[in-house]
Amino acid sequence: MSPLKIKKGSTSHSAYDLRPTFSDKEERHTLAVLVENEPGVLSRVIGLFAGRGYNIDSLTVAEVDHLGHRSRITIVTRGTPQIIVQIKAQLGRIVDVHKVNDLTVEGPSVERELALFKVEGTGEHRIEAIRLADIFRANVVDSTLSSFVFEITGTSEKVDAFAELMQPLGLQEIARTGVAALSRGT
Amino acid sequence: MTKAMTGAKMVVQALIDQGVDTVFGYPGGAVLPIYDEIFQQNSIKHVLVRHEQGAVHAAEGYARSTGKPGVALVTSGPGATNAVTGLTDALMDSIPIIVLTGQVPTFMIGSDAFQECDTIGITRPCTKHNWLVKETDKLASVMHEAFHIATSGRPGPVVIDIPKDVQFATGTYTEARQVETHYNPPVKGDMEMITELAKAMETAKRPLFYTGGGVINSGPAASQLLRELVAATDFPITSTLMGLGCYPASGENWLGMLGMHGLYEANMAMHDCDLMINIGARFDDRITGRLDAFSPGSTKAHIDIDASSINKVIKVDIPILGDVAHVLEDLLNVWKSRGRKTDKEAVQKWKHQINDWRKVDCLAFKQEGKVIKPQYALARLEELTKKHDRYICTEVGQHQMWAAQYLGFEDPNRWMTSGGLGTMGYGFPASIGVQMGHPDALVINVAGEASWLMNMQELGTAMQYGLPVKQFILNNERLGMVRQWQELLHGERYSSSWSESLPDFVKLAEAFGAKGIICDDPDNLDDAIMEMLNHDGPVLFDCLVEKHENCFPMIPSGKPHNEMLLGENADTANAIQAGGAVMV
Repeated sequence: MSPLKIKKGSTSHSAYDLRPTFSDKEERHTLAVLVENEPGVLSRVIGLFAGRGYNIDSLTVAEVDHLGHRSRITIVTRGTPQIIVQIKAQLGRIVDVHKVNDLTVEGPSVERELALFKVEGTGEHRIEAIRLADIFRANVVDSTLSSFVFEITGTSEKVDAFAELMQPLGLQEIARTGVAALSRGT
Repeated sequence: MTKAMTGAKMVVQALIDQGVDTVFGYPGGAVLPIYDEIFQQNSIKHVLVRHEQGAVHAAEGYARSTGKPGVALVTSGPGATNAVTGLTDALMDSIPIIVLTGQVPTFMIGSDAFQECDTIGITRPCTKHNWLVKETDKLASVMHEAFHIATSGRPGPVVIDIPKDVQFATGTYTEARQVETHYNPPVKGDMEMITELAKAMETAKRPLFYTGGGVINSGPAASQLLRELVAATDFPITSTLMGLGCYPASGENWLGMLGMHGLYEANMAMHDCDLMINIGARFDDRITGRLDAFSPGSTKAHIDIDASSINKVIKVDIPILGDVAHVLEDLLNVWKSRGRKTDKEAVQKWKHQINDWRKVDCLAFKQEGKVIKPQYALARLEELTKKHDRYICTEVGQHQMWAAQYLGFEDPNRWMTSGGLGTMGYGFPASIGVQMGHPDALVINVAGEASWLMNMQELGTAMQYGLPVKQFILNNERLGMVRQWQELLHGERYSSSWSESLPDFVKLAEAFGAKGIICDDPDNLDDAIMEMLNHDGPVLFDCLVEKHENCFPMIPSGKPHNEMLLGENADTANAIQAGGAVMV
């Protein structure tokens, strides 16, 4: 028998050690997935991402067409271009998925996220918080003598920026909806 | 016309309407109403297996050998969980099967009831699609849709989970033609891309067809068109494990299987070709080996029905999304209408090169002494059975690779093997499914003793239904492939890779009422095989073979195609001359 010219006992030659070396950089993509509003459909989508090791930065889902029985899932994901193409193809295979749109590449689109911030503080901090909220066009939706709940709508970056500013001013809790997105124009 | 009937009756009616003649199953509390309906009709044969995994593999064997979807029926809880391996197997190999599972009544779902499990949740990642039917009125339409989804696009397994109260309740039966579905994957390929491929074929100097299970799944027309295309272009052709039989092994342009244990000439051709035409294969890691060294100089075309298979691991230059038969038909038409051109001179030179590689004779072995070589056993089996109307199943391991190397397949749907999942225990129940679909054919399961023992209980099924399946066991008292890897990669430390306390297979066969044959002498092998073939009933053939034989050729994982290991008897010196490649 001809011996193998690899070190005996080596584990570096695993049968599964075959991942391609994609040199491309990771990209952030927003996908709009129109699905049949069936029990389990969200689980299928999430299971796909978990099972194949794809990232989910944000995910929102709600019924958008009651009569047509359709829900819209908006997913923000990241990966190399090959992985993004693969994610779209894999989503397209799911029987309950009607349509997959990549809003990042299919022309301009708008993205919005809604977030609620609970900020506690008194004196200067409290005044600064409401001043900044005004600049960010955040609404006060609840108030006590020592706290506010702000509601802010905008891009994820705007929400991130607001969170950063609120941090030293007594930020206690954040609730974010995740991204909703639509393509621009007709 | 609307018809009112119980859910259980709907199940049977829908199966009949879908043309099902055989169901493999195992009863239990949650499917009793369906079994009661099966009892009261004669259109559908029910095959009682001995374990639910056997039911699903049998349905797979039936599906792969007949081209029709296979059906299995199991109960809730353990019935459903036992079906999971078979479902995953069918998903990996794209086999259309419909698995019906019983479920506890709807009002008990979620209460941890007896024999309850979250069947839909458990089977979601291992099915193409699945349904929990909570209303009897929807049951028939789900049944019809399930057949449509299992068999169209890239085929696959589906599960319908039916609570017991839904089986008892009465509802309205929906005819198949009334069912609307949005699932209609396109079958026609893009004509521009097809024309691109035709152009590439006209100028290719070292073209190669690389075919896979997609050709078989596309139906007999695809194999027919493929043969026409190969004959017309005179291009050489290789195939994956899954695609064996789509082009005849006796065909002039046939190179044999490629991949990790593929033939030298096939892998060398794959490495050196300048146009690779992938038809219904998926660049599996057993085929590609090291990706950055995979066929480095070729233009790659890929025909596949599944968009997610294209550019998944290998970037291709000419992607064609569509059904193999439809695309091949268009490709032939376009190529013919453009004047049936190929670079004949270059292709001839290429074929000469391939013939030089062939001379390496990578499957050569020497049968010496009184111990049967497994290769010899298969070579004799091939010689003595090739004239028969023959179907071959396998388990998983060395014997599987040897069967792929030494047996010749002339037609599609004649070769049933677990390719993607690599399920030991697949072959025996699959052979039962094949025999049910082809009662008069010769059905042989080439097995290893370890794999075979994984579903040996199905000998009871074979006996009960008088299915003359031949279990050809290459018994090396080892988990041969595991042993081989331990020898080559783990310092010859044979951790748990031999079978102690093996049964006496002849007595085991006799305990079930079947025939057992043992053979340990190469001189008696032919007679013993003939005895097996001449026996009208299930046979357990215990072929004692060389215990330490390794399976070659082999591309070690992480190596490119031109760095194959050949067996001890192959002429490696010639290979270096002929191929100019560095051989180990």
